[in-house]
Amino acid sequence: MTRNSKFLALGALLGLYASSPAGAAADQVVIGDIDDMSGVYADVLGQAGVDVINMAISDFGGTVLGKKITVLSVDHQNKPDIGASKFREWADQNGLTMVLGGSNTGVSIAMSKVAAAKKVPFIAIGAGGASLTGVDCTPYTVHYAYDTTALGNGTASAIIKEGGKTWFFITADYAFGTQLQDAATKVVLANGGKVLGAVRAPLGTTDYSSFLLQAQASGAQVLGLANAGTDFSNSLKAANEFGITKTMKPAALLAFLTDIHAATLQTAQGLYLTTGFYWDLNDQTRAFAKRFFAKVNRMPTMDQAAFYSATIQYLNAVKAVGSTDSDKVMAQLKKTKINDFFAKDGYIREDGLMVHSMYVMKVKTPAESKYPWDYYKVVKVMTGEEADGTQPDPSCPMVKK
Amino acid sequence: MTTVFGVPLPAILGQLMLGLVNGSFYALLSLGLAVIFGLLGVVNFAHGAFYMLGAFAAYIGLQFLGINYWWALLLAPLTVGLLGVLIERLFLRHLYQVEPVYGLLLTFGIALIAEGIMRSLFGASGKSYPVPPLLQGVLNLGFMILPIYRAWVVMASVTVCGLTWFLIERTRLGARLRAATENARLVQAFGINVPVMVMCTYGAGVALAALAGVLAAPVIQVSPLMGSSLVIVVFAVVVIGGMGSIVGAIVSGLVLGLIEGLTKVVYPEASSIVVFVIMALVLIWRPAGLFGKEP
Repeated sequence: MTRNSKFLALGALLGLYASSPAGAAADQVVIGDIDDMSGVYADVLGQAGVDVINMAISDFGGTVLGKKITVLSVDHQNKPDIGASKFREWADQNGLTMVLGGSNTGVSIAMSKVAAAKKVPFIAIGAGGASLTGVDCTPYTVHYAYDTTALGNGTASAIIKEGGKTWFFITADYAFGTQLQDAATKVVLANGGKVLGAVRAPLGTTDYSSFLLQAQASGAQVLGLANAGTDFSNSLKAANEFGITKTMKPAALLAFLTDIHAATLQTAQGLYLTTGFYWDLNDQTRAFAKRFFAKVNRMPTMDQAAFYSATIQYLNAVKAVGSTDSDKVMAQLKKTKINDFFAKDGYIREDGLMVHSMYVMKVKTPAESKYPWDYYKVVKVMTGEEADGTQPDPSCPMVKK
Repeated sequence: MTTVFGVPLPAILGQLMLGLVNGSFYALLSLGLAVIFGLLGVVNFAHGAFYMLGAFAAYIGLQFLGINYWWALLLAPLTVGLLGVLIERLFLRHLYQVEPVYGLLLTFGIALIAEGIMRSLFGASGKSYPVPPLLQGVLNLGFMILPIYRAWVVMASVTVCGLTWFLIERTRLGARLRAATENARLVQAFGINVPVMVMCTYGAGVALAALAGVLAAPVIQVSPLMGSSLVIVVFAVVVIGGMGSIVGAIVSGLVLGLIEGLTKVVYPEASSIVVFVIMALVLIWRPAGLFGKEP
């Protein structure tokens, strides 16, 4: 028996395998991509995120200031220690000049500490937690695509306007889920609504039925899903199966295009969600989406589009200041307006948040969807200030009071 | 309203029912693992991957070949079982003579490869499989609304578990299998083709995992990761039941499903670890597992 237990322990250890990147020489621009490449969030950015960075680099011309641009990438497996230690290793040994952060707020918070210590610009994209530009802000963090505050303001307000006053949350049990629940709760309370209860489900839970039963017993009108990726599709699927969607209105506090694709329109129709980007908004977004599709055979998510945009912004800043010096680049980034297919009149606030328009969407019914990936209709365009407020987050120590 | 530990009784009953559904999956999966470990001595780490492949086989069948759910229940386990047979013939049988840890490493590698292939083909967020028309709708049990499909899962799983137990413990074939586990050379000397029997056993264990996969497909997202999140729990179930014990695997699968269900009401955050806590306790007080024979 002890032998058998040893095998099981060994099995657990095997789960910790990790890949290592090739080394990079000095005098290069080195962009790191630290993301969930194989887990529940792998479709949101993942390998396609690396493709998008390379697309941006080749569009930029392949070099900046005559230096070669190298991309390093690693699978953080949703483990904060792996993300942080890879960041540190690249900063110490590979001449890292900038990091693009993939999914998972927990990992990104750990990485932001390294960014501050190593003075390397860290553009957080996949992570949603608003604390990245609040209590966890650093002079080197930029939060680029969206945050939990914007999601709460978008989706929760839209649903409350339709009369959904009482809420029950099913929340992913880590930094992202709790911050998202807090953001939505604020909006609900501010609009005279009530939160009747919440359960925290571990990340990667497959069976949501018992949580849903608790949600139903609460008698709330709205089922707030403060989770993402496969957690989202599994909870929504079970809600349909148990007939809960007939008595409660589900709210997708964060759903990516790939999640809706995976859940299918049949299941997801009528959902409200908030996003910073949709491929079918205008000719510019469609042009990018078409090129992306040709490469990975899917339409881009908000985060994948943001990866492209952020890479170009960073390289432009390096070119403008004529150096990869972190402080100069950060100063340049913070004073440049961002105008591209991803964001209109975007700007990076004092606390590091990139403020830009967000869209409240409603998922189409199968009948409304006319062509592949035709999933959303725009309900409301929120200005950056509507989404994230007019003032920087006062809990960020850098913000002057 | 009657309450237990401050939780209303209907809520407890509802959670117990759901726990039973999950327990059915655990039982079916741990049964396959226990059969394979008991008769081959292989710690089959690829079990979760075969479960996942079973679900994908059903999805592919429905999406591309027009094979409906009922045929998938038969064909998916058959296909994946054959794949298992192939793996046993090509790789696994070379490892019977060496430390079991090699079998574990091999099957772990196979699991990673299978997950990687399915991820690159279908993406990490997976695919959706509809509930078959005949089993759509819900049952009102008074204390809860139970989807008919979930009730079917419990019935199907308990039936298959019962049949497997009967086959191994009560039939001639089962007796030969058990004899071959005790002393393969002696049984071979009686003219029974042990290698073929072992091969079929592995195939059957794998087919059980694939069957669980087909049963799970309409309930959860068919995704490359669905197996790896489950296989660890199932291993714990097998350890608790006693490595290689058929009855132990079935009973502890169902019971742990129930306990997990209760945890989800009392303290949801702990629901993903409660099985492991129990495993640790069982290992301390009864290292051979609840139904295992003390060495």
